[in-house]
Amino acid sequence: MKLDSKIPGGPLETKWERHRFEMKLINPANKRKHRILVVGSGLAGASAAATLAELGYEVDCFCFQDSPRRAHSIAAQGGINAAKNYQNDGDSVWRLFYDTVKGGDFRSREANVYRLAEVSNNIIDQCAAMGVPFAREYGGTLANRSFGGAQVSRTFYARGQTGQQLLLGCYSALMRQVAAGKVRLHVRMEMLDLVVIDGTARGIVTRNLCDGKIESWAGDAVVLGTGGYVNVFFLSTNAMGCNVTAAWRAHRRGALFANPCYTQIHPTCIPQSGEFQSKLTLMSESLRNDGRVWVPAEAGDTRPPHRIPEEERDYFLERKYPSFGNLAPRDIASRSAKEACDAGKGVGPEVGGQRRGVYLDFADAIARLGREEIAGRYGNLFQMYERITGEDPYSVPMRIYPAPHYSMGGLWVDYNLMSNLPGLHVIGEANFSDHGANRLGASALMQGLADGYFVLPYTIGHFLATHRLEPVSTDHPEFRRIEAEVSERTRKLLAVEGTRSVDSFHMELGTLLWNQCGMSRTKEGLEEALTRIPAIREEFWENVRVPGEGEDFNQSLEKAGRVADFLEFAELMCLDALERNESCGGHFREEYQTEEGEALRDDEHFCHVAVWEFRGVGERPLRHVEELEFENVKLSIRSYK
Amino acid sequence: MKLILHIWRQPGPKAPGRMERFDLDGISEHMSFLEMLDLLNEKLTAEGKEPIAFDSDCREGICGMCSLVINGVPHGPEKGTTVCQLHMRHFRDGQEIWIEPWRAKPFPIVKDLVVDRSSMDRVMAAGGYVSVNAGSAPDANSVLVGKDTAEQAFEAAACIGCGACVAACKNASGMLFVAAKVSHLGLLPQGREERMRRVRRMVEAMDQEGFGNCTNQYECEATCPKEIPVAFIARMNRDFLKAALFSS
Ligand code: FES
Repeated sequence: MKLDSKIPGGPLETKWERHRFEMKLINPANKRKHRILVVGSGLAGASAAATLAELGYEVDCFCFQDSPRRAHSIAAQGGINAAKNYQNDGDSVWRLFYDTVKGGDFRSREANVYRLAEVSNNIIDQCAAMGVPFAREYGGTLANRSFGGAQVSRTFYARGQTGQQLLLGCYSALMRQVAAGKVRLHVRMEMLDLVVIDGTARGIVTRNLCDGKIESWAGDAVVLGTGGYVNVFFLSTNAMGCNVTAAWRAHRRGALFANPCYTQIHPTCIPQSGEFQSKLTLMSESLRNDGRVWVPAEAGDTRPPHRIPEEERDYFLERKYPSFGNLAPRDIASRSAKEACDAGKGVGPEVGGQRRGVYLDFADAIARLGREEIAGRYGNLFQMYERITGEDPYSVPMRIYPAPHYSMGGLWVDYNLMSNLPGLHVIGEANFSDHGANRLGASALMQGLADGYFVLPYTIGHFLATHRLEPVSTDHPEFRRIEAEVSERTRKLLAVEGTRSVDSFHMELGTLLWNQCGMSRTKEGLEEALTRIPAIREEFWENVRVPGEGEDFNQSLEKAGRVADFLEFAELMCLDALERNESCGGHFREEYQTEEGEALRDDEHFCHVAVWEFRGVGERPLRHVEELEFENVKLSIRSYK
Repeated sequence: MKLILHIWRQPGPKAPGRMERFDLDGISEHMSFLEMLDLLNEKLTAEGKEPIAFDSDCREGICGMCSLVINGVPHGPEKGTTVCQLHMRHFRDGQEIWIEPWRAKPFPIVKDLVVDRSSMDRVMAAGGYVSVNAGSAPDANSVLVGKDTAEQAFEAAACIGCGACVAACKNASGMLFVAAKVSHLGLLPQGREERMRRVRRMVEAMDQEGFGNCTNQYECEATCPKEIPVAFIARMNRDFLKAALFSS
């Protein structure tokens, strides 16, 4: 299969501008003749839906929550990057571009990342104009901080709730279009399949979560802004409902899946406290700006932190990465914490036979800046930590441990954010394109909004202007056929009537993946996972118990469908990890490391995107590659020493 | 620890509901309240019974999806805490707990503990925005916003739209929710142009949706998980009066 990334020619700095000029436009009066289905209402989905409606398209927007404002973007804490250089500290579009490519361990597309850096400034303008209450200086200008592995201050923020404020901004724009009659909103409605007619994505099939009704929706383009898949690990920082279903169903209908093994494990989460836990809570890594990470220097030292003298502590990030110290990028910080715990230096309670935690200590920062200043910067995070753990981080160092947080992999898209299926567009975390093998802090919000506000609204017009789309309605036999398949699958889930709950399968799968396809991976481990996943899946379909009925509000059934898809997707993730015989970013294969234990890339053989084609459940998928070409940055060893 | 739970069961919007008793053992004090309910649901599923329907998503106190009344108090006994962030260490072994859905006219029950809050979305659609299309914004630093103003606007913007304020109010008033949005946008220079129109339209929409009036009981402030102060209601009332004067 030939993968055409459609990257425009010419110098990097002018690609997007030229492309915008070369793209065909749709006459303003004709825009209302096109209906666009947007699935998901997070930063990417809501900003896209609102913007498309502002341009004049007719839009349907779907979310499984009871309001679009609840999409999981809301939980992002730290901030959003932009190359404004308001701090006069040497930032530029080029530097943001370079940092992002390097941060992604040279596994992303130069052209996409450059465009992202370019539009980052427009995003800040847009959000400020919409009333996002960003942090300000006394003079009234916007405040910035440095964040997650950046040496310039380019992160804009609204206390520790930046995601919330940005999402409420998009949500308000979306509701304005709902009021204007340009967006039809469908809440508690889950996409369960994609409808492809003559090779083009023409609609979706949904289940109404209140009454179980299966319905079809037809349009001229489908946009997936359905987020990431790290809930495949069962325990993650994602919301309970986050899932891979929309993306996976599209994949089964022919959309290619790129780099599924690239998952991000976030270093600053609250450690697990017991087996019953339903999710892990992330704390913004802005905490690492002032907190110092350490463990006892001796393995097995169980003294309380204040009894461990300074010289018997190992500030391992500062020791290993003197120039970045506690601000080392996420993958590196996470792996170092795991190493320390694996070496028996972990702190906190034992869960599953190991102490999994390292200290994040604010004592020095409080001494230097005062308690009040620290409260001003991190007050709500400290409160959240205390609420969950019952410990006061002003007096006892926090305990943190890495947790699955974000997926860099996703559906393959070209420069226009369109998948290989014409008409199917994928934005935000659901696509693969901008973060390579590791995402830098404060870049997810930037990408979601870039895609939704400033990229897709242009490129989708070009698609519509250059494709002759026959009118279709949901009476088309293909809609009927897929509706029937969806109903049949629901019926099957209910009919198993086995003995194990959906959660028990999810937990079993998640534990397996966390051990074999989590922070570090080996050939043997992945091979084992690849034999065990099909067995779990088989047992699921023979022994799951889904109580209740299909034509009713039924949360067990919702979960069952999502877990069934995770059970198929997990195999692809492990296979991708197994085939990528190198370490890069969040993908760390133990066989491929330097003498100091750093990720060892193999640019000769793996400087490409792995792009998978579905061939049936249990069938080996086809692996295609899109070569990555670096014309503007030199491939180098990512050093943060 | 062990608890005696009384939980509202209602099969559907039109069906009658009732409290049902469950005795639950094996609860850890580290569990969140919703993890305790997960445990109960696992048990019910194993027994072949239908689990209890309740809403949650982020489980970290920010999405506003969780919505339980515990012993008569929305989000339960801890101040400034959503029920997903409430931990079992705040309960005693053997305690009896009553769990009910948000009860308010604008929030019809969907099933068990799940309610329909789309009335709040419709109030937002009436005016909870700044009318600025993507692409038409000036440079962000060209409009200055004082640090204190930004902080105050943020305080109002912190609302998670959970509806606890409505559930706590004997009149089912949505004043705190609406006042938070009106104040957030009205305080900022970017939102000032539409300030009067916004307050008028949002208050009208609120009335239409069946939210009640404010009679200054302040239960809303006491129960708000984000501790949004009622001072914003007074602010909104002033704006509303002004708006009414202007339009007449
Ligand atoms: S579940 Fe999101 S606020 Fe409680």
